[in-house]
Amino acid sequence: MSRIQESVIIRTVVRIMVPFIELFALYVIMHGSSGPGGGFQGGVIFGAAIILYAMIYGIAEGKKKMSDALDKILASTGLTIYAGTGLLCLFFGGMFLQYGAVPLLPDNPAKVAALLIDLVEIGIGTTVAAVMISLFFDVSPPESEEGELPGYEGVD
Amino acid sequence: MKALALLVVVITGVMLIYAGQDLPPFGDPNTDMYQHRMTQRFIECSDTESGVPNIVTALLANYRGYDTLGETTVIFTAGMAVMLLLRRRET
Amino acid sequence: MTGIIDVVYAEYNYWIYVTLMMIGFYAMIAKKNLIKKVIGANIFQTAIFLFYVSLADITGGTAPILVGGHGGEHVEHAADVIYTNPVPHCLILTAIVVSVSTTAVALALIIRIYNEYGSLDEDVILAARKSLQPEFSEYARQKEVIDDGGI
Repeated sequence: MSRIQESVIIRTVVRIMVPFIELFALYVIMHGSSGPGGGFQGGVIFGAAIILYAMIYGIAEGKKKMSDALDKILASTGLTIYAGTGLLCLFFGGMFLQYGAVPLLPDNPAKVAALLIDLVEIGIGTTVAAVMISLFFDVSPPESEEGELPGYEGVD
Repeated sequence: MKALALLVVVITGVMLIYAGQDLPPFGDPNTDMYQHRMTQRFIECSDTESGVPNIVTALLANYRGYDTLGETTVIFTAGMAVMLLLRRRET
Repeated sequence: MTGIIDVVYAEYNYWIYVTLMMIGFYAMIAKKNLIKKVIGANIFQTAIFLFYVSLADITGGTAPILVGGHGGEHVEHAADVIYTNPVPHCLILTAIVVSVSTTAVALALIIRIYNEYGSLDEDVILAARKSLQPEFSEYARQKEVIDDGGI
């Protein structure tokens, strides 16, 4: 364990900050239709929160929060939400991803489109967050017995 | 070898700057790109057609929704490819 | 002399993007380290993002988000607001995602190459590959082509 990971200040600040970063990520995803933001940006912020936690508390501790199986399930779930929204439009007689065809509010197809765009953004955000976390866990070196990252002994 | 690389880079840069002289000036609204009717239509109609005030989101998720589906597939495939390349088998 | 300065100033975004792009291009073709090549490719991609986003800019325009939300009825002069071009922004959002994906796959491949050959230097890897697998060497390939032509 390196000196940065042992520091009480950094461990405490990270433990306090991670929920707020995740909340900000959800805000960015849901705010994507009415302001700057969107699924890609919010998903990356959400992934960064978990990556920050795993960097300070160790890879094994991070994998307890987000296991490999959950990663795979979330990544494919997001893509399924997106493609399912498109297929829903096909089901109601529109074209693929023609949001106005879904008869939720028959007198206001633009409102339906806005709702389904939010759903699509949630799908994108789920996939991007899960893929970013799994990329970090895949690229990070395996932890040895003492919990020390190999190759980083001399680096403070 | 480095000198050859530098020569190639300089020649390419000079060609790009020469070609750039025909591009519109910075911040000019009277270009074909901005005055094109598709661009103007996106700006005018995105609210009534998609119901979202953010024009970029309307373009991304509604007009170019199929492209964004492919883009999400790209990042999903990249994640799976890295997983296949690097994940160690538990034996 | 002022003519040249005016030409440069009117289109200074192109000069900046060409400079950045050529830095990335030089790193891609002249560096022997594979990680440095990937960094060069990233600088190259960033130059293209900068080029597209600077093409979208309009002097005095705001971000392409409708002022006042839906319709903007309660905002004065909402019809007079100039928006920057939203189309390049959307294209670049796509390109950034593709850039992230290609970088991730490239780094994963480099990790596998380092585990296999113990080096990131291009020449070392090619030499090791030639000695380990002679059928992949340039000489063998050319010889095979000549043999095929003879038959």
